[in-house]
Amino acid sequence: MSIELALFWFFAAIATGAAVGVISVRNSVHAALLLVLTFFSVACVWLLAKAEFLAIALVLVYVGAVMVLFLFVVMMLDIRTDIVREGFARYLPFAILVAVAMLVEMLALIGWRRMSGVEAPAVDPAAAAGVSHTEWIGQALFTDYLLPFEIAAVILTVAIIAAIALTLRPRKAGSKAQDPGRQVLVRKEDRLRVVKMPAERVESEGGR
Amino acid sequence: MVTDLVYGLLEAVLGGMPTVLLLVWTLIKILVVTLPIILTVAFYTLAERKVIGFMQVRMGPNQIGPLGLLQPFADVFKMLFKELIVPTNANKFLFYLAPVLAMAPAFAAWAVVPFGDGLVLADINAALLYLLAMTSMGVYGVILAGWASNSKYAFLGAMRSAAQVVSYEIAMGFALVGVLMAAGSLNLTEIVNAQAGDRGLFEWFWLPLLPLFLIYFISGVAETNRAPFDVAEGESEIVAGFHVEYGGAAFATFFLAEYANMILISVLTALMFMGGWLSPFPAGWGLIGQPGPWWLAIKVVFFMFCFLWFRATFPRYRYDQIMRLGWKVFIPITIVWILVVAMFVHLKWLVPGA
Repeated sequence: MSIELALFWFFAAIATGAAVGVISVRNSVHAALLLVLTFFSVACVWLLAKAEFLAIALVLVYVGAVMVLFLFVVMMLDIRTDIVREGFARYLPFAILVAVAMLVEMLALIGWRRMSGVEAPAVDPAAAAGVSHTEWIGQALFTDYLLPFEIAAVILTVAIIAAIALTLRPRKAGSKAQDPGRQVLVRKEDRLRVVKMPAERVESEGGR
Repeated sequence: MVTDLVYGLLEAVLGGMPTVLLLVWTLIKILVVTLPIILTVAFYTLAERKVIGFMQVRMGPNQIGPLGLLQPFADVFKMLFKELIVPTNANKFLFYLAPVLAMAPAFAAWAVVPFGDGLVLADINAALLYLLAMTSMGVYGVILAGWASNSKYAFLGAMRSAAQVVSYEIAMGFALVGVLMAAGSLNLTEIVNAQAGDRGLFEWFWLPLLPLFLIYFISGVAETNRAPFDVAEGESEIVAGFHVEYGGAAFATFFLAEYANMILISVLTALMFMGGWLSPFPAGWGLIGQPGPWWLAIKVVFFMFCFLWFRATFPRYRYDQIMRLGWKVFIPITIVWILVVAMFVHLKWLVPGA
C-alpha cells in the first residue's frame, strides 16, 4: 500500500467518523466542531487528489468563515438537544426516504457518467496546458463557464439583499444615533468657548 | 555549506530509507524555521515592554540580566512551572485543545513564507490562498477558549474577537486580491520577484497599491487583536477576555500564538508590499543595491516596531467603531482599488518584474 493510499484511508476514515459524529453527539457545539473536522479531512482528501485550489478554498470559505459564524450562532442560542430529538422516531421514515432519494441521485449521476463514456481525463488538463491549477480553474470559470458563474453570483446577491431586507428594522422615531460623518467634522470652535475674566474674590463667603 | 554537510550525514545514516530521510530532513527544516520564531517572540515581548516604557518615559524591565535581556526567559520559566487550573464546569478537552488550535495555524502559515530567493520550506503555487486559510483558522482557538472556559467574561471576549477577526479577514482578503492581480501569481517568491526593477523602492507594490497596503497592515493589527483594536481584552469590562481562565503554560501558548501572528503579518506586509528581500536602492549602486535576506529583516523589524508604536500611541477603538471601520470604510475602498489595479494591469501601467 503506497503512502498516498494509506493517507487517503486515514483522512477518509476521519471524515466519515466525524460526519457520523455530527448527527449523533448530544452537544451541539461538539457537533459543529465535528463538522469542521469533516470539512478539514475532506480538504485533505482533495489535496491528495491534487486539487489544491479547491482544498484550500474549502478550508478558507467553510472552515474559516462559514463554520465560525455557525459556531457563533450555536453557542449563543444554547440549543436544547432533547427538544430537537423529541420527534426522532416520528421523522425517521421520512428521513430515510430523503436519504435513499439522495443516494439514488448520486449513484445515477455517477452511473450516467460511466454510461456516457465521460471518463476522468487520464492526464491532468492543467499540467497539459502548462499552468497551475488555480490559473486553469480561473480560465475555465471565466471563459467556458462564465454564464453559470454569473448566474450563481446573481443568485447569491439576491440572497444577500433578501436576508438584509428581512432583518433590517428601521430606527425608532426619536432614537438617538451617532453620525460618524458629523462627529469627524466637529471643530474645536463649535464646542469650546474660552472665557477670559479677571481673578475675583467673593467677599461674603470669605474665609473659604 | 552546513546544510550540505548535515544532509550528507543524514543520507549516510538513512540512505536506505528515502521516505524516512525525507521526513527527518523536512522536520529539521521545520525546526530551523520555528525555533528562530519562538526566540523572536521571546525577545519581542521584551522589546515591547522596553519600547512602550521608553515612549511613556519609564525604564521597562531592567533587573534580570544585563539591560533586562534575560527577562523573557524568566517569564517563560515562571509560566511553565505554574499549575494548570481548569475551571470546575469547563469542558476539559476543548479547554486544553483551544490553545493548541490557536498556535498551530500561527506556525503552519510559516511553511510558505520565503526568507530569500529560494529560501522557503514549501514553495507551493497557491501560497497566498494557503496563508489566508491558515490565518482564518486561528479564530477557532479564541472561540473555543471562550466557550470551553464556561465563563461569561471569556465568552464575551471570544464573541467580540471572533466577529472582529471575521470582519477584517474580508478586507485583508481583498487587499491580497489586489496583490495577486498586480503580481500575476499566488506564489510569494514570484510576488517578490514581480516587484524587482531598476528604480529600487519605487518599483515595489506599496506605491501602486498604497490604499491596499495601508488597509492590509491595519487589518493585520485588527486581526491579531492588538491595540488599538484590542477589544477582545478589556480590563475594565471583561477582564482579560477570552483567555481570562487560562494560566501557566496554556496562557503562554496563547501569548506565543499572538506574537507569532504579529511577526507573520509583519513579514507578509514586507513581502507583498515592500519588496521582501529586494534592496530599496537601484541595482547599480554596488553592495547596497544587492538583494538579500537582511533587507527583509530590516523591513520586518520596522513593521514589528509599528505594532508596538500603535499600542503606545493610539487610544482604543470602541467596538461599534471597529465594525464600522472594517465594513463601511475598508471593504468599499479595497473593492474600488481592485478595479483600479485591474485597469493598471490592463493598460500595462503595471508590468510584473519591470
